Amino acid sequence: MRFGVVVFPGSNCDDDCYYVARDLLREEVDFIWHKETRVEGFDCLILPGGFSYGDYLRTGAIARFSPIMRAISSFARRGGLVVGICNGFQILLESNLLPGAMMKNKNLRFICKFVNIRVENNLTPFTNLCQIGQILKIPIAHIDGSYYANDEVMRSLKENNHVILRYCNEEGKLFQESNPNGSKDFVAGICNRQGNVLGLMPHPERASESILGSEDGRLIFESVIRAVKR
Amino acid sequence: MNQKLFQAKVYVSLKKGLADPQGSTIKEALESLGYDNLTEVRFGKYIEVKLRAKGKKRAVQELEEMCGKLLANPVIEEYSYHIEEEEVG
Repeated sequence: MRFGVVVFPGSNCDDDCYYVARDLLREEVDFIWHKETRVEGFDCLILPGGFSYGDYLRTGAIARFSPIMRAISSFARRGGLVVGICNGFQILLESNLLPGAMMKNKNLRFICKFVNIRVENNLTPFTNLCQIGQILKIPIAHIDGSYYANDEVMRSLKENNHVILRYCNEEGKLFQESNPNGSKDFVAGICNRQGNVLGLMPHPERASESILGSEDGRLIFESVIRAVKR
Repeated sequence: MNQKLFQAKVYVSLKKGLADPQGSTIKEALESLGYDNLTEVRFGKYIEVKLRAKGKKRAVQELEEMCGKLLANPVIEEYSYHIEEEEVG
């Protein structure tokens, strides 16, 4: 299969995603510069983490108008798989490809550490290798990661099982102490209505090799590969 | 072209009712300076936009568009603005 890693000015996890796809997973992968207007021949597009446009105005607010975003929207509408990681998630929210918005972390700090996240739905192209309730150890690295949506959107996410990942403690319990940024309803990752667009704050590409302290992130990428090849 | 110059001052802030940790932190800092009469502090952004338009109505229309598309995120933010014609000297 073929991954595409979208590169915005200020993306800084693009190389890591590329490395995971090519060197660890042995799949085809290309970078896609944000000025491109076509995305053809890709099975899954990754919007990587970083600080696109220096986070000016709001995270993701300016990247959302990059020429590539139009192509990504229609790719997503056609059912193509899209994964937004951290800043990529923020861009997907600003683009309305996913509902809600990101606010400053409750404690106003940039938080960079391993967290536990619980898989809430494994009937998705991004989690099909996980068990429901499985706890993944994957790091976060952000200051604008407090997920917010109004009650109506939260209800719809819940009812449709579109909250894919939640912050939890080591036993998989939802305690406020294990919600690092104050996200509503412990949201760490959500998908869209069609189920083909995932946004998540944790960085699976930083947890795909044992030398980095965890390989749990691989499950996300390997699930995508399985979904594409099935 | 018969275009006028306008200056707009745009204020963007979190919607009322949304937790504003930056505002609360500023409030606490002010209180530590001895201001014990504060009831609330909200944090926001201020943006100046200068634009050319045929008239004020058109300028306001465009500014509304800019706020809706980019300057504010309607999910969490609200905005207001003052717009005035600039005197060209």
